[in-house]
Amino acid sequence: MIRLEKRPQPSKAWSYATPLLAVLLTMVAGGALFAILGKDPLLAIRTIFWEPLFGEFAWYYRGQLLIKAGPLVLIAIGLSLGFRAGIWNIGAEGQYIMGAIFGAAVGLAFYPMEARWLIFPLMIIAGAFGGFVWAMIPALLKTKFNTNEILVSLLLVYVAEQFLASMALGLLRNPEGSGFPGSRNLQQYPAAANGELIAGTGLHWGGVAALIAVILAYILLNRHMLGFQIRVTGESPRAARFAGVKPNLLVVVCMGISGGLAGLAGLFEVAGPAGQISIDFNSGYGFTAIIVAFLGRLHPVGILLAGLLLALTYIGGEAAQANLGLPAAAIQAFQGMLLFFLLAVDVLTNFRVRIGKGEMA
Amino acid sequence: MADPLLKLDGLTKAYPGVVANDGVSFQIMPGEVHALLGENGAGKSTLVKMIYGLVKPDAGKMSMRGATYEPATPHAARASGVAMVFQHFSLFDALNVAENVALGMENPPKPRQLARRIREVSETYGLPLDPDRLVGDLSAGERQRVEIIRCLLQDPKLLIMDEPTSVLTPQEVDILFETLRKLQSEGTSILYISHKLEEIRALCDGATILRLGKVVGTCDPKATSAREMAELMVGTALHTPSREEKAPGEVVLKMTDLSVKSANPFGTSLKNVNLTVQAGEVVGIGGVAGNGQDELLAALSGEARVADAAVTLNGQPIGALGPNARRKLGLLAAPEERLGHAAAPDMSLTENALLTGAVREGLVSNGFLKWADAKSFAETIIEKFDVRTPGPENAARSLSGGNLQKFVIGREILQRPVCLVVNQPTWGVDASAAAAIRQALLDLAENGAALVVISQDLDELMEISDRFAALNEGRLSEPRPAKGLTVDEIGLMMGGAHDMEVAHVDG
Repeated sequence: MIRLEKRPQPSKAWSYATPLLAVLLTMVAGGALFAILGKDPLLAIRTIFWEPLFGEFAWYYRGQLLIKAGPLVLIAIGLSLGFRAGIWNIGAEGQYIMGAIFGAAVGLAFYPMEARWLIFPLMIIAGAFGGFVWAMIPALLKTKFNTNEILVSLLLVYVAEQFLASMALGLLRNPEGSGFPGSRNLQQYPAAANGELIAGTGLHWGGVAALIAVILAYILLNRHMLGFQIRVTGESPRAARFAGVKPNLLVVVCMGISGGLAGLAGLFEVAGPAGQISIDFNSGYGFTAIIVAFLGRLHPVGILLAGLLLALTYIGGEAAQANLGLPAAAIQAFQGMLLFFLLAVDVLTNFRVRIGKGEMA
Repeated sequence: MADPLLKLDGLTKAYPGVVANDGVSFQIMPGEVHALLGENGAGKSTLVKMIYGLVKPDAGKMSMRGATYEPATPHAARASGVAMVFQHFSLFDALNVAENVALGMENPPKPRQLARRIREVSETYGLPLDPDRLVGDLSAGERQRVEIIRCLLQDPKLLIMDEPTSVLTPQEVDILFETLRKLQSEGTSILYISHKLEEIRALCDGATILRLGKVVGTCDPKATSAREMAELMVGTALHTPSREEKAPGEVVLKMTDLSVKSANPFGTSLKNVNLTVQAGEVVGIGGVAGNGQDELLAALSGEARVADAAVTLNGQPIGALGPNARRKLGLLAAPEERLGHAAAPDMSLTENALLTGAVREGLVSNGFLKWADAKSFAETIIEKFDVRTPGPENAARSLSGGNLQKFVIGREILQRPVCLVVNQPTWGVDASAAAAIRQALLDLAENGAALVVISQDLDELMEISDRFAALNEGRLSEPRPAKGLTVDEIGLMMGGAHDMEVAHVDG
């Protein structure tokens, strides 16, 4: 019989080892999945994890890595603060969309003015504000009426998607676009463009913002009272109240920060790699960031690494679709396995496995 | 004499790092009330779990009426006629008494039949209980009756009772003892676990004393003094807390018509509580668990906000202030639940020192944490209060109950409170740690702090309080000087026995 025995203290070693173990298990199970689909599993794994970094077309893929990792990390950092406190913002995707719309709208409102020093900072503020406002809806409903923030924030994603479509077809549509849906391309509007900072790296302001967020989140969680309150609330809500934490205020703060960062990510995306508000602007970063947050153990540095890893599976996944003809669903399943295995092996941090006959205590 | 009902021979059970039972042997005669005595952690729970089939011994034998007895599960134990009433009840608040009883039975009869059987048994044994009432509405004593009746319906040969009186008023204890004596006269054996020595002297025929997993003595409780038994249990001579008599000073804490709605749907709301506590005074608050103790602590700690004027500290209204604002003024608190309320289980002792010490110990500047100061504060607590732990980086949950309690109480005392409120300061704490905690509380009062000690341990309250009051269904009785109060008076202050008038014992 296999038994789980609670450790007196969470194991440090296992908390570092479980993400690696989860990646390995994902490779094994994913390989099996690819084999069932009739593909060479080793080649598929190699295409996903190796080709983008060191293969023939790495010069292209490497740039993509930062482009994809930037928003993932930025969003995941915000989410991780709430997750640490047991506040579950599942709707970062919606906040990401709203940030993009608000930010792009501000930029487009100034078109064709050339004052970049004014326009770009205003867009950044508007982007963060858009995400913040969208996150305040579930936050305030939770504090006033005790609604479930998971459901409300998730459903607001679909509202945001509808709003995005209406913006792309209506208010923000490019007047010179011959009636096609979609806004003007911000990449072609220098005052509002979020271009590459160092040619060939894929690094834009979003990546810089993500790095700053990682550093600030690290300081917040380890050195600041707010971070301490977040951690106590997650560990033990009753002890947190006893220590003077105001639970409602914490909900508003955590939702606000995560919404604001998701909005920022949306703004940097719309002004940079995406270029324009279009019906299918959002590509699931807000949901994937949930995986990134957990894969990074809700730790800022871990999230940075996890964001890069997930970005790699995205890019490698695309390469595998193109080169090997793997279906997109298989790649998504592969990414889902990563979270699944992580949560499954997570138990090793707090429990040790005992093999042999024992009693139920 | 007849053969023993249950005979234990060399029972041994080891857990990683600790031998819970080491060669324990004793026997229980038919119709005997046998006491199992020992401090927390002495191995009493492990031993009864082995008898009840919850834990399998590593070595040793048990026999029941001469035949080998090796229960693999509680089911097997019950089939052999062993029943157990746990210290913590496993009842569903939202179901009625009969439904709860049915849930614990192997083959429950039809509801109407069961309700009739419950009435029969409850009348025969003098345990008044209405099968149709919701368990959530019952007092702790009545809940215990549900558990006992559930056992009695199975007609046990051996009834194991784990600390049964910790939740009862003195009058309810009397009712319980009548029931147990009646069972005994019918030939049922009882294994009675407790550390309340006077009770054991009143009830039991034989006693086995455990210390650190080993049998350290057996005695006839009726012929042995409580002090002798206590010293056998602890292994050393006991230190009784002491202090100088002193006239109390100015009024520090004052509650005026304090009413609090309980946050818990089955909790008890406080109703018009009035109390003043003076500097240098210890006011003890007794009462059966669940009569508003948690709510009173929350109203004083600041977790529950009340009308501003309902609570004053040195004349200043503080009812609307939160926990940290109250700490700043010097009103500190230590709740009953150590893990998850007074301390965060998975966080280190340094972090737990920061939990309540941030304001008064200056562990934060401009919102940034001073980890070095927090660590040295934790180290001071550990050193001054003799907390046994390798160091402040260890998680709170890795400490034993007594050590964590010393840490929690020490954390508040070292912050030099003007007024300290503690709930169950020595609950689940071994005797020597309990004595140390009581002494620390008395020393604090000696130095001029006002103390409110909420506890269900009447002996403790009588030992340290100047005045005594009791909570009963959210109301606080008029406080009276603790010196000279009789057990009967205390019992009446605590609300007497619930539904006493229905109790009638045949024979």
